[in-house]
Amino acid sequence: MKKCLVLANRELSTYFYSPMAYVIGAMFLAVTALIFFHGLGLLDIPPVFRPGEEASLRSLFEAMAYIMVFTAPLLTMRLMSEEFRSGTIEKMLTTPISDTQIVLGKFLGVMSFYAVLLATTLVFMGLVARYGQPDAGVAVMGYLGMLLLGAAFTAVGIFTSSITRYQILAALVGITILAVFTLLMGPLAVYAPSPVSEIAARAGAMTYFRDFAKGMLDTRGLVYFISGTVLFLFLSVKSLESRRWR
Amino acid sequence: MIEVKHLTKWYGRVAAVNDISFHVDRGRIVGFLGPNGAGKSTTLKILTCYQPATSGSASIDGLDVLSQSMEVRKRVGYMPEAVPLYPEMRVRELLMFFAALRDIPRRRRSAAVDQAAERCWLSKPQDMMRRKVGELSRGYKQRVGLAEVLLHNPPVLVLDEPTIGLDPAQIRAMRDLIRELGQDHTIIFSSHILAEVEQVSQQLILIAGGRIVAGGTPAELRQRVVGPSRIIAEIRSAGDEADKSMIADLAAIDGVKEVVPDTDGQKEAGWLRLAIQGTSAADLRGDVFNLASSKGWQLRELRRQVGSLEDFFIQMTYQQSIKPAAMAAQA
Repeated sequence: MKKCLVLANRELSTYFYSPMAYVIGAMFLAVTALIFFHGLGLLDIPPVFRPGEEASLRSLFEAMAYIMVFTAPLLTMRLMSEEFRSGTIEKMLTTPISDTQIVLGKFLGVMSFYAVLLATTLVFMGLVARYGQPDAGVAVMGYLGMLLLGAAFTAVGIFTSSITRYQILAALVGITILAVFTLLMGPLAVYAPSPVSEIAARAGAMTYFRDFAKGMLDTRGLVYFISGTVLFLFLSVKSLESRRWR
Repeated sequence: MIEVKHLTKWYGRVAAVNDISFHVDRGRIVGFLGPNGAGKSTTLKILTCYQPATSGSASIDGLDVLSQSMEVRKRVGYMPEAVPLYPEMRVRELLMFFAALRDIPRRRRSAAVDQAAERCWLSKPQDMMRRKVGELSRGYKQRVGLAEVLLHNPPVLVLDEPTIGLDPAQIRAMRDLIRELGQDHTIIFSSHILAEVEQVSQQLILIAGGRIVAGGTPAELRQRVVGPSRIIAEIRSAGDEADKSMIADLAAIDGVKEVVPDTDGQKEAGWLRLAIQGTSAADLRGDVFNLASSKGWQLRELRRQVGSLEDFFIQMTYQQSIKPAAMAAQA
């Protein structure tokens, strides 16, 4: 565990060194702000402030969840693939740390950066609190949901980063997988024929996230995101192990 | 200390290492020599637990590299070829990071880093430790890589091509450092340049085409190349007739097979360069000198030509690279 923290610490400081992370962070906040004020008709998200209605935090959280489809893979794309490309993986795998510790360390590193990023969105909370009466329960559950969703999404990103030495490829595959689970599952659940639609309704990440965004704590959502995180971290460890045999 | 038995590694359908076995005693400096693509790096990668072998076994300090990997890793310092390091980190930060991963207690970390840096001449320009690794020159990067390897003071050092990409002065410095480290570490290092390996190592392992082609101390290997003795003599010429009788006199010495003009050296007017080929390894220089002094010949050079390890190296590796090609042609 101590070594995981050492690794996580290095990853976190690497984020702060690199302009990439600032650009991604800025993009995340900018798009969130855009949806915050204007909504996004395509995904059926209304703006947070509408005349004559209560300010809707739900819009804010849903917007952030969708943006994470792009943000998470962009944040994680270099985590493993850069080690493969530069050869530093050879140093990592010959120091006395296990493959699991490496993956967990990287996961903790990106989650710390993500937590910082989420913390900056508290500005939007401040705005809502200033001009409306936000529900504290919705805020707390929303952020819990964002943490869970972020964990699962970054786990997917770490996995795609662990299968290639090309960062761009890692990001593209990651975005594709996440898009399938967020954007595609919604329409499938509505329009697809019976067995497919039912599976889509249960497999879609937004189905579970909406509960959090509404301020509800549903154990199905907890189980969904946590098991997703564990599954993809496990796959990452296996993918890293398999590198040795090639 | 290091025991390798019947190690074989296949990459797809190519055998990078094919059934090699060797043994290294504690405290030895071992040079691992071979042309590019001979299987040196592959062997070192297996020894350092980076890659598993297809078959065979390797152990360090009696610990198997596969089943006791973590224990082996604690005892080995490995510098991979091309010295991969994190370019965005500063030198001190990088060394502290690896010190933490190496389980060096927090309060001793700083001292360990300073000590390793001092040993690898990283302490000299004052701001060295604060520079970014990515902005360092090749030579300094190599030193950082070596300092990192020394942090936890491992009994075994594995260095893959430690002198590649260095300038002549740096190569000499690296050689001196390896020699110095050899006093309290077992070192195995690879190179494809014989001169580097020959001077430092107490044991040489020649590898080519994935197989060990020769092994032993540099002196032992040199013995194998010596063969019949060959002497170069340079004597003042006294006209064609006199030269002919001189050659005949030399050829008459007991143990001389033939005397021919030496074509290798630089010719100078008025001097005769002769190559005297012996029938055995016996040294004939005394006899040649005695003859010259009794005849009153002016002798300005008398040298015994020893077959170089270089020739042997090229000969051995050449044979190996021919063999698989011939086998492939048959199949």
